[in-house]
Amino acid sequence: MSVQDVRDVAKKPGLIQVLHDTRYVFWREMLLPLRDPFSLIFSLIQPLVFLGLFGPLLGSAVGAPAFGGQSTLQWFLPGVVVMIALFGTSMTGSNLQYELMTGSYERILATPLSRSSLMIGRALKEWAPLVVQGLLIALVCIPFGFVFYPLHVLFGLVILGIFGIGLGALSYALALVSQNKEWIFWGVQQTLLFPLMILSGIMLPIEAGPDWMKTASWFNPLTYLVNAERELFAGNIGSDTLLGLLAASVTAAVGLVVGIRAINRNIR
Amino acid sequence: MIHTRKLTKNFTVKKETVEAVKGVDIDVAPGELVAFLGPNGAGKSTTLRMLTTLLRPTSGTATVAGVDVSVDPAGVRARIGYIGQGNGGGHSFRVIDEMMMQGRFYGMNTTDAAARAQELLKSLDLTNLAKRTVIKLSGGQRRRMDVALGLMHSPRLLFLDEPSTGMDPQNRANLWEHIMRMRAEHGTTIVLTTHYMDEADSMSERVIVIDHGRIIADDTAARLKANLAGDLLAVEVAAESAPGVRGLLGRAAAGGEVQENTHDGLVSFRLRLPEGARLAPALLKEMNDAGAPAQSLELKPPTLDDVFLELTGRNLREGADR
Repeated sequence: MSVQDVRDVAKKPGLIQVLHDTRYVFWREMLLPLRDPFSLIFSLIQPLVFLGLFGPLLGSAVGAPAFGGQSTLQWFLPGVVVMIALFGTSMTGSNLQYELMTGSYERILATPLSRSSLMIGRALKEWAPLVVQGLLIALVCIPFGFVFYPLHVLFGLVILGIFGIGLGALSYALALVSQNKEWIFWGVQQTLLFPLMILSGIMLPIEAGPDWMKTASWFNPLTYLVNAERELFAGNIGSDTLLGLLAASVTAAVGLVVGIRAINRNIR
Repeated sequence: MIHTRKLTKNFTVKKETVEAVKGVDIDVAPGELVAFLGPNGAGKSTTLRMLTTLLRPTSGTATVAGVDVSVDPAGVRARIGYIGQGNGGGHSFRVIDEMMMQGRFYGMNTTDAAARAQELLKSLDLTNLAKRTVIKLSGGQRRRMDVALGLMHSPRLLFLDEPSTGMDPQNRANLWEHIMRMRAEHGTTIVLTTHYMDEADSMSERVIVIDHGRIIADDTAARLKANLAGDLLAVEVAAESAPGVRGLLGRAAAGGEVQENTHDGLVSFRLRLPEGARLAPALLKEMNDAGAPAQSLELKPPTLDDVFLELTGRNLREGADR
């Protein structure tokens, strides 16, 4: 049997195995915020500050018609939630960078854990605080005229979790390829993050922009995600939600394929 | 425990192929303690990384703990322990948390992992540091934690990559004490890489000398030294009687080089004398009979460094010649 043949029959971990392993990877990562709760408190304050300072400006600068008849808050809050998810899960690789520099990544790589669980577990850790953050800011906004649909919001957070696995895996892969050149990671992450964010209508309605921006937004998976969250936060489930779920699933699939290739490339 | 056949690893660096490991055959039986000895860049860590599935072989086969590294790498990883060159503990994590999670990664349940962690913390003098974050540990403490992590799941086969690099002599001795105790208690098979010849010499029963990606010697340290190097004999005679023993010492060196050095009316000869301790008394008598009595004598047993010099013409400590 040649080496190539051997590789083709190489055992792949089953789904149960991946879920099992993901749980442990997730738990290990969660120990960091749990052992140091201050980081959690700050992560709760940040979105509130953003919502409190940017929200009022948005309302008076853009004007109500651009929001399709909704209150500014109802329109803006889902965007903030997507933004937190975006910032959080795209940081997955940055936490990995420290572990790449010491030997702890290698130590974990030498355990029997499946490779995809390493990425999924880490991405979910960046997503987990979002559940608390999302619910908290929703509750805080109720007195200001925000209508809270708990089940819809929870479903919206699950979609963001799926998207987060994909983005987290891409971030993980980016950290691996930029190993020993850490600045590349930050350069790429920042350069991609802002255009993606603006072209999805997270902060300002894309409808208010020129046609080329609207066209560009069709090719941005984040657009579908933001639309889905807006639909769900408004208490509806429709085509936007489905498209958002699809965009999240495609991102997750692409992210995991790229991530696993990056891990395997590292052992070549 | 380990069987490799023509195990090869090529790296491509700037479109040039570098042959890091050139088809090595290694067989390690259960319970053995084997050291891969060689200068930096010799291919010993690359070999170790292929055996632990952290690198994929370019060609050849390797079976580790009964499992083919190419067919079921996760299966190999489940059966071995690995202590790498770096520190295994995540900087911001607590010692006990990392140990518990390590146990869980290997499928141990919480009760077993907790018991094992306490046992290891105690035997590695880490009990008081269990709740400390890794970044606050000293270098020696971190290395002991690495050993604790590597032993959490009580592997039958343990790989150590440069286990004592950068450690002070006391910590090194300490580390070895723990490894040896574990081996005595559990019969663990141990494979390590080192470029400290004294470490390979004193700790390993078997030394595999690797240079330029090839195995150039594989035997016990004692036999390697006896067969390849011989004792270093330095003997001084009065300058006027030196000509009388030159031929005699040349024959004793059996074709080896005899260095000569004149100072203060004495000539000192230095040569390699296989089985020196046994042959030296007879040699002294012959020198006496030849009218050139030895004024002083020094006999040094060979080191693995001498073996490496004999095998490659280079000094181990100078490292690889690139």
